[in-house]
Amino acid sequence: MSQEQTQASTLSHDDIPPPGESSILRISARTAVILLWYCIAFTALMAATYFATKPAIEASAAAEKLQMINAVLSSDRYDNELLKDTISLPATAALGTDDSTTLYRARKNGEASALILEAVAPDGYSGKIRLILAVKANGELAAVRVTEHKETPGLGDYIDPKKDRNKTRPWITQFNDVGFEQIPVTEFKVKKDGGRIDQMSGATISPRAVTNAVRRALEWTLPRREALFALPAGQTLEEKP
Amino acid sequence: MSTYREITANGLWKQNSILAQVLGMCPTLAVTTNFTNAFSLGLATAFVMGMSNGAVSLLRAFIPYEIRIPVFILIIAALVTIVDLSMNAWTHDLYLILGIFIPLIVTNCIVLARVEAFAAKNPALKSTWDGFIMGFGLALVLGVLGLAREFVGQGTLFSGIEVVIPGLHGIQVLPEDYSFLLGILPPGAFILLGFMIAIRNWLDARATAAKAAAARISPEPQAG
Repeated sequence: MSQEQTQASTLSHDDIPPPGESSILRISARTAVILLWYCIAFTALMAATYFATKPAIEASAAAEKLQMINAVLSSDRYDNELLKDTISLPATAALGTDDSTTLYRARKNGEASALILEAVAPDGYSGKIRLILAVKANGELAAVRVTEHKETPGLGDYIDPKKDRNKTRPWITQFNDVGFEQIPVTEFKVKKDGGRIDQMSGATISPRAVTNAVRRALEWTLPRREALFALPAGQTLEEKP
Repeated sequence: MSTYREITANGLWKQNSILAQVLGMCPTLAVTTNFTNAFSLGLATAFVMGMSNGAVSLLRAFIPYEIRIPVFILIIAALVTIVDLSMNAWTHDLYLILGIFIPLIVTNCIVLARVEAFAAKNPALKSTWDGFIMGFGLALVLGVLGLAREFVGQGTLFSGIEVVIPGLHGIQVLPEDYSFLLGILPPGAFILLGFMIAIRNWLDARATAAKAAAARISPEPQAG
């Protein structure tokens, strides 16, 4: 009896009770709940921002796509809703793509005008070079642009007209309005490889990669032009092996 | 208690996050290829730092000590996400350039450092000011470094400013076909940053020497 009393009194004299197992659990649980509340509150804040900014972000993504397309095909060459008239292409070795890509179809007054597709040059100086091409219904290229590359700044990056020092006639504009009628497929190479496409001395690898990718993509597109224009929008091109 | 004057002096000079603390080298090397990119990312960081310091200071009574770091990081990450989304929506062209660096603000240790060292112990307004001015000090250094790098690397000043302020244009100082690769690549940033830190240390050493000299002279009339 007396023993119990002394024990109780010593406990009451302690300012902080020794942390028993249950109180550790209690503190942990309390802290976890507080952390959970912080997570919920700030996730809600982020979600609200996401929904508030979504329309503007989608609009600028579409504008960006259209801007890219207008770089290879002037906007007076089509009058359809290009971003909606698309078909999806499976990964294609001839295009260098290892994932499905989107092909846009430009039409003017209901008639086929041009196909806009992506191609990848796998053999750039440092990694892949991504291209966007517009192939006109008559089989000529309208234009080609580089959309993504890691070529050496100041050396091989002139494949991108923004980096090309020659502002009046950037290197990549050699592909404007040419097809295999103007440059036969056997000569559709850089001059160093015995072809007819100019390159700057000292940096041959990047333009060679681009030129070969453009040739392969054009070779792939030409025999399929009608089929690509005929496919209903939103479908995937299926090829018989 | 530090005054606003002290906070400002610390952020801009005495404890400048890059020149004195040498924190946040990732954005320092990555985005300072020209003034516009560098200063814009600096301002975005300053904005995030002001907000995160303010938010943490307001909530500091409700943040248990044991889990303060996760909560700080949660707050900073949420604010960075909000800045990221807002920039993507409303300043899209700038976002295309800085986009990949905005999430990196989270990893910039100076943000967490100010939250932990200042905002967790000081009132909200002072904390917000401390965060902003620390970030602004960072933006100024990034801006100077960007200006130096684009001048050395491509002979321009303020190139790409039209993305941020429409109507203004960059200046081509050196001939159009001038280019110096070292200025464009990260090693050039390291070298230029080294010069800037050296200049700061030199100025500081001179100021200390002047002060010491003044202290040695001033007691004399009293003694005489």
